[in-house]
Amino acid sequence: MKLSEIIDVLDASIWVGEDQLDKEFSIAGAADLMSDILAKLAEGCIFMTGLVTVQSIRTAAVSGVGAVVFVRDKKPPPEIIEMAREEEIPLLSTPCSMFVSCGRLHASGLTGLDGSR
Amino acid sequence: MAALRKTFRINKKDFIHAGEASISVKNLLKSLHVDTKLIRCVSVCGYEGEMNVVMHGGEGILSVEIDREKVILEISDDGPGIENIDLAMQEGFSTATEEQREMGFGAGMGLPNMKRNSDHMTVESEKEKGTQIRMSFSMADEKGE
Ligand SMILES: Nc1ncnc2c1ncn2[C@@H]1O[C@H](COP(=O)(O)OP(=O)(O)O)[C@@H](O)[C@H]1O
Ligand SMILES: [Mg+2]
Repeated sequence: MKLSEIIDVLDASIWVGEDQLDKEFSIAGAADLMSDILAKLAEGCIFMTGLVTVQSIRTAAVSGVGAVVFVRDKKPPPEIIEMAREEEIPLLSTPCSMFVSCGRLHASGLTGLDGSR
Repeated sequence: MAALRKTFRINKKDFIHAGEASISVKNLLKSLHVDTKLIRCVSVCGYEGEMNVVMHGGEGILSVEIDREKVILEISDDGPGIENIDLAMQEGFSTATEEQREMGFGAGMGLPNMKRNSDHMTVESEKEKGTQIRMSFSMADEKGE
């Protein structure tokens, strides 16, 4: 699934990644606990979180996460947007809750980090 | 290639900047065209270690040494030390505060994750003196596949 399709499915706004709209995704993970991403194979995933901190972006960067989505309409402050831009990690915000975000992406065919449906 | 060595400071309790050293290491390895999987292992281990220094340790230092065969990461701090290393290495063991948990850390998965992602890891710690962690990562392992 392309980043552009994910934006549509989640009614998301895009802060970083306008130049990566064709980037492909097949796995997703949702976590407010950074170790849930750090201790998994999260390479290239969509990482949904309600935690808008610089550590969410650094966690994504060291884990090789493919894109970060802030749920429940949380808007990132400038320093977080800047960090995602430096790391070239697409950054989105969706008005959907964590539950609904996951449901929509699952219904669109994405799997969990371990490939399960 | 001669070994390349870089050292970074980790400031005590500095949650905002914690992780910067590991991001720098990641970008350094990337510029050296090191295998992507190896870069992920090294930078995840560095990051977990840095977060531990900031959450549980004291003033710290992260150093990385890179040569043709391997990457060595050393993370040390002058904090309170780890009381029981065997216990600390167990998944789920954590002395993190409620506040640290709200920031997304403190699941007790850091040290086990560092062990899993490195080829070799040693932890030394002395009460009131501090903690030193050394991890090595082999380049050959990744390329031989
Ligand atoms: N640098 C350190 N200095 C003192 N204690 C540490 C240090 N690193 C780890 N610890 C201790 O080991 C425990 C387990 O660490 P870890 O597995 O990373 O889990 P977490 O950081 O989520 O608590 C910590 O809760 C802490 O008690
Ligand atoms: Mg930890």
